[in-house]
Amino acid sequence: MSEASSATVGLDRLPDWQAEATLGRQAAASSLARDALRRLWRNPGAIAGAIVMVAMVLLAIFAPVIAPFDPIAQDSTAIRAAPSAKHIFGADSFGRDVFSRVLYGGRMSLPVGFVAVGITAIVGVVLGLIAGYYGRAIDSVVMRWVDLMLAFPGILLAMALVAILGTSLFNLMLAVGIAAIPEYTRVVRGTVLSAREAEYVTAARVSGGSDRTILLRHILPNVLPPVIVLATLGIAGAIILGSTLSFLGLGIKPPTPEWGNMLSDGRSMMRHQWWVSFFPGLAIMLTVLAINLLGDGLRDALDPRLRNR
Amino acid sequence: MTRYILRRLVQAVPVLFGITLFTFLMVHLTPGDPVLIFSMGKPLSPEREAQIRHQYGLDKPLWEQYWDYMGGLARGDLGRGLHDQRPVWDTIHEAMGPTIQLTIAGLCVAIALGVTLGVLAAIFHNSWLDSSAMVVALLGVSTPVFYLGLLLLFAFSFQIHLFPATGTGGWQNLVLPALTVGFASAAYIARLVRSSMLEVLRQDYVVTARAKGVGERLVVTQHALKNALIPVVTYFGIQLAGLLTGAVVTEQVFSRPGLGRVAVTAIGNRDFPLIQGTVLVTAGVYVLVSLVIDLSYAFIDPRIRYE
Repeated sequence: MSEASSATVGLDRLPDWQAEATLGRQAAASSLARDALRRLWRNPGAIAGAIVMVAMVLLAIFAPVIAPFDPIAQDSTAIRAAPSAKHIFGADSFGRDVFSRVLYGGRMSLPVGFVAVGITAIVGVVLGLIAGYYGRAIDSVVMRWVDLMLAFPGILLAMALVAILGTSLFNLMLAVGIAAIPEYTRVVRGTVLSAREAEYVTAARVSGGSDRTILLRHILPNVLPPVIVLATLGIAGAIILGSTLSFLGLGIKPPTPEWGNMLSDGRSMMRHQWWVSFFPGLAIMLTVLAINLLGDGLRDALDPRLRNR
Repeated sequence: MTRYILRRLVQAVPVLFGITLFTFLMVHLTPGDPVLIFSMGKPLSPEREAQIRHQYGLDKPLWEQYWDYMGGLARGDLGRGLHDQRPVWDTIHEAMGPTIQLTIAGLCVAIALGVTLGVLAAIFHNSWLDSSAMVVALLGVSTPVFYLGLLLLFAFSFQIHLFPATGTGGWQNLVLPALTVGFASAAYIARLVRSSMLEVLRQDYVVTARAKGVGERLVVTQHALKNALIPVVTYFGIQLAGLLTGAVVTEQVFSRPGLGRVAVTAIGNRDFPLIQGTVLVTAGVYVLVSLVIDLSYAFIDPRIRYE
């Protein structure tokens, strides 16, 4: 426990049992989160990552205001134009402004990442909680299901789901989201298994807490830190998987700008008009890099034991 | 040890069955009547529809269809592609070679690059070498495979004409794709080797070796590296998925033949027998290779035992 929290309540002046209780309550309620935030704040990489990520999100949200051109409008005078003052990222084979398309592309690629992770986290956490807490038959069913899903490398599962569901924005989010569920379920189940045996859970049960209360009030808080870390890093993975599927022609279809399909558009022009692929790729890389920095920082902040991994 | 191996083998059986069940059900999970898949979306006369239903066994109960499907698998019959009427197994068999070759080449790049970077970073801990190795590793995990592939193409193929951009055959054709496939895994391995090396270098037996006057090179290679590599080996199973993913995408970037290309084309054509076959074979091979890797842990590190 940190020195700060013991100083604030003056533990040395309380009887032992009372000090312990106060300390316990504080640790659970606020100081864990506060300590984590403080550690995060001291991590320059994480701060930089957070700033870049917020900037990318803002650029995507305000794309209609910022973009100098209509992302789909073709301009025959600007076909394959090199980067210049007018088209700072150049123009593609239809004379469309690459800068405007990159800005609008974020409105596709970023939501895919966030929504997919939302789907993954909710389903993965619920399955993990149920499997870990109730154990026995339910646990075996869920875990066999997880084993089966793990038998497919993520991209293969996502491709199979796209083949079944067909290509659309929502199906892309769903496919990317479902592909990552097993990882969350495994982590959450593991955490629940150890938390279930903890004394405070026994205490809660003895004092008449219902399963619901124990799960939500006592076990869920233990599960959240690893899930927050997984979900943050998962956004990066989901953005990559989503844009990969679009790059392969199995996600968002042109002319709608999306970072992956823009890269695919520019692939054949890489030799002479490198800017058509270069800038959307840079956008993916910067976003993913920022999220990875933030995620690594969060992991260090939330779970100091994992540092240097 | 024998018990561990047996348990792990028994565990793989339901997973393999699950894979066949999933690929079998793909056709039925698709929204709409499966007949439309086999007619490739064309409107049908009632006679023709009945004929297709009969030909693909869609008029039988589901469990009987699955039984027939498994029977086909047992004979190595994965059906015929709707698009080219070629046996699916032939198409897949032909595409497997290049994909396996690319995946293994990628693995070699990942290990060589990852271990070298990780060891250097650990030996020169907190130096500029350490920080630059870790920056490279961070870039490696953050760069999408297809972007890295295009950048490598641009740099080494179009700017300095060192390697050909497309095609297969010679080793020159494999260098850039292998780098593309292996780089992300190399980044993970580098991080892992670095932290596990730092851990090992603090151990008593390393201190003892140094105290005995063993040379630094020998300490690193003989005493430290061997133990530092154990977590890396246990990580191979996870890396395999990444490498396979990388191979699928890299094939598209470098216009190489392979399973990824087959799958992408098949999904584009909604050629379900071919999609099912590709998913089945890829997942099956993946499970079997993971199994072999898992089993090998027991030999590499006697401390690892199944719970």
